[in-house]
Amino acid sequence: MAYHSFLLEPISCHSWNKDRTQIALCPNNHDVHIYKKDGTKWIKIHELKEHNGQVTGIDWAPESNRIVTCGTDRNAYVWSLKGEVWKPTLVILRINRAARCVSWSPKENKFAVGSGSRLISICYFEQENDWWVCKHIKKPIRSTVLSLDWHPNNVLLAAGSCDFKCRVFSAYIKEVEEKPGPTVWGSKMPFGEVLFESGPSGVSGGAGDGAGGGWVHGVCFSHSGNRLAWTSHDSTVAIAEGGKTSTISSLSSETLPLLCVSFITENSLVAAGHDCYPVLFVYDGTKGSVTFGGKLDVPKQTSQRGISARERFQNLDRRATSSETTEQGLESLHKNSISQISVLEGGKSKCSTFCTTGMDGGMEWSHGTSRYTHTHTTHTV
Amino acid sequence: MAKNTLSSRFRKLDIDEFDENKFVDDHDEAVDNQGPDGTEIENLIRIGDTMTAFHLALRNPPLNTKNPAVKERALAIVLRVLTSFKSSDIEPAVKSLDRSGVDLLMKYIYRGFEKPSDNSSAILLQWHEKAFAVGGLGSIVRVLTARKTV
Repeated sequence: MAYHSFLLEPISCHSWNKDRTQIALCPNNHDVHIYKKDGTKWIKIHELKEHNGQVTGIDWAPESNRIVTCGTDRNAYVWSLKGEVWKPTLVILRINRAARCVSWSPKENKFAVGSGSRLISICYFEQENDWWVCKHIKKPIRSTVLSLDWHPNNVLLAAGSCDFKCRVFSAYIKEVEEKPGPTVWGSKMPFGEVLFESGPSGVSGGAGDGAGGGWVHGVCFSHSGNRLAWTSHDSTVAIAEGGKTSTISSLSSETLPLLCVSFITENSLVAAGHDCYPVLFVYDGTKGSVTFGGKLDVPKQTSQRGISARERFQNLDRRATSSETTEQGLESLHKNSISQISVLEGGKSKCSTFCTTGMDGGMEWSHGTSRYTHTHTTHTV
Repeated sequence: MAKNTLSSRFRKLDIDEFDENKFVDDHDEAVDNQGPDGTEIENLIRIGDTMTAFHLALRNPPLNTKNPAVKERALAIVLRVLTSFKSSDIEPAVKSLDRSGVDLLMKYIYRGFEKPSDNSSAILLQWHEKAFAVGGLGSIVRVLTARKTV
């Protein structure tokens, strides 16, 4: 577990290069800064200045080494490294609100941008015109698209939106790819088709009135693409399995809402959000249950010292309780909400290291998967 | 000055009503719970069986209806039960609920806070403390984000 503080401002978004030696991040302004790891230090090597508004999404394609960025200026740029300099290419998204998130497809021949215009732009490169063109997925999205994740087959796309639903769309572009084979989510996949939709209109299982209570902040497909997890603003995390979408397993947690989620094995997820520490969830496919697996940010054990009588009365005065647990400051490494998680090593099937960035301008990365599946830190409510 | 700046009648117009893409809540009123049964609960309270009254009161919450009278009635019944509890009985009652029960209880507690009466705030605060201990911040977040309110 290690923590590096980049800035005093929030990190809006980040993305790693293929060998994890460089990180591109937006320091809450119109630019993208690229830092390179040098021993234990991080050195800024590039500044990408082109956007006219805050950069809300960055994705670094590992194989083709291109970076796509999108921002509140309603534009997206694809950056290519020419020699020592990153050169941008504008992509016209045809949206009239800010872009919120961007993601390269697994084969890196297209990317998807979610925006406040209530639509998703799927962009691909047209060879004849030497230009990026985009197609829109509009129906039935009713509000801002907050998060996106591609299925490994390069066609299906999961989108979490402010209209309280998580959906799986087909983003099949016949100009750049072959017709996809059937998956557990369906077999007919024309462009823009909705193969799955969560929420009250879809049947919900799990606890209480189930899914559909809050904005869907984060979505993630599992490594195989058969499972889809999403976190919602009503402090729930839910998992749906393709083919068995009539039962959605969800867990209403006791914590503040989670903003980002990622599978780290086929059965477990790590998620983080307004509580400032990453947590583990374990999914049991046979029982269809999601259970809390423990906090992944083990705080330093401060020595237990007795509480004096004076402190007891002060606590009583200040907090109406003379309990000994003084939560003076946050014990977690991050001191503010975590907004993004990225898997560093091992992929989504056997993640051994992941990284989180947040509003405190710092980045934390954690090692060791075996403890995720075997040890459970006790969670006190 | 131009003539159109004199009248401010345009300010009374809600232009979101005219937006074609306006978000219309697709709430179905189909399965409508009428709320708990008042008389039976009164009887149970009178004989002192507050625990059963409590469970009965939390059944059939009128979440789907848009009729405020039904909701008011249900709220009054639940508050009657909550205020008839002794402080020491609150914790076991909360522990006997499952996760969705705790969320529902939290919703009623916050509704009860909205209109404080003589002693209701004190007992409701005790209920809140016990429910919070079980449900955590998540249960309060679910009260705030719930689309279907009690």
